[in-house]
Amino acid sequence: MKSIRMRVNGQPVEREVPDHRLLVDFIRYDLGLTGAKEGCSVGVCGACTVLLNGQPVSSCLALAVMADGGEVTTIEGLAEGERLHPLQQAFIDYGGFQCGICTPGQIMASKALLDANPHPSAEQIKEWMMGNLCRCTGYYKIIEAIQAAAAGKTGP
Amino acid sequence: MNPFTYTEPATIEEALAALTRYGDEAKLIAGGTGLVNLMKQRLVNPGYLVSLRRLSALANVSIDRDRGLRIGALCTHHALETSPIVRQHAPLLAEAARRVATIRIRTMATLGGAVAHADPNQDLPPALIALDARVKLRGPKGEREVAIDQFFTGYYETLTQPDEIVTEIAIPPSPSTNGSAYLKFLPQTADDYATVSVAARVSLNQGAISDVRVALGAAASTPLRAKAVEDALRGRVPTRTTLDEAAALVAGIVDPLADFRGSAEYKRDMAIVFVRRALTDAIAGAGGAVA
Repeated sequence: MKSIRMRVNGQPVEREVPDHRLLVDFIRYDLGLTGAKEGCSVGVCGACTVLLNGQPVSSCLALAVMADGGEVTTIEGLAEGERLHPLQQAFIDYGGFQCGICTPGQIMASKALLDANPHPSAEQIKEWMMGNLCRCTGYYKIIEAIQAAAAGKTGP
Repeated sequence: MNPFTYTEPATIEEALAALTRYGDEAKLIAGGTGLVNLMKQRLVNPGYLVSLRRLSALANVSIDRDRGLRIGALCTHHALETSPIVRQHAPLLAEAARRVATIRIRTMATLGGAVAHADPNQDLPPALIALDARVKLRGPKGEREVAIDQFFTGYYETLTQPDEIVTEIAIPPSPSTNGSAYLKFLPQTADDYATVSVAARVSLNQGAISDVRVALGAAASTPLRAKAVEDALRGRVPTRTTLDEAAALVAGIVDPLADFRGSAEYKRDMAIVFVRRALTDAIAGAGGAVA
């Protein structure tokens, strides 16, 4: 067991975890934040995307102990009270999701993109988001939602 | 994943001591994207994980006019693709890093990890071979450097001893008349391993090829340097015929594994095609043209 401390969505967290606890399991089962989903379990599908120290990572491939001392942001940390993050609102307004399984990962990956590059081209969005799989939308609505959020648009 | 004990040494000396203490039971972990996947499938079951993540000095990038680039083993793929120094002095490496998997892997996976992991399908090793890189290893008896085209000894096997750590990659300065290309044949998805990948670097002198490197990924049980192709081109003026003849020689060097990305025969054919294309692009990058 290891004692780990980090900030999760701005809040300090301290827990004892087995050394082999995966970050996705730590977030979901120890902290009860079930937005990030374990989809493929091999770092391919993107459903478990969270930000670790501001960078998008596959939390299914990271060990919880490797986040010790760091800052984790999950989908639960984006809204301010009742007010959704502009990306969350844009995904609703532009139909960027249907079943919703991939959506927390899509939004965390797109947040990392806009943090690094506030006005990406459609090509840059496709390249960055290529590893977040969605089996419902056909991706165009996701790209539109990210473009809308980047442009500060509300509603189509 | 089987349980293990995780340690996070604060210095490289402590990391080396941990490797010596735990012996065969220990594995080093940096980004973890390769190792954790192997551990989840129980293909690798270390009793101890020795993490390098506190050794922040191993993430430095520096350039020296005479010695060239020196890149710390903990540099992530995303750092390589975005580093202005790497982009300027080793654009081939930056391009290969940019083509790896997805952004989530590139933010975690490291240069040293890609080298030590020695997966023959990965992208950085062929680029590093084409750049004449040297691998710096640190062990209990001190440091040594190995030319990267000698470093890979088998499927997921390298010259690294169990008590050694890959600490740095050195890339010598390239001539200014130098062009390079990294091509990755991806018939399925953009984040896949290549069916075959080719790194090429060409120097031109008065229209003739004065020096050339060609290396392939996903073409054998190790990353592969195509010396026969290089030898057929050195000193020659690049024409379509010269390139066709030189590229055809790669068929005798590659030994691809058949998998869902293609049969061995198909990969051998594609190796010829992509060697020719990579050379053509590298020659164009060096300011030349194929007559």
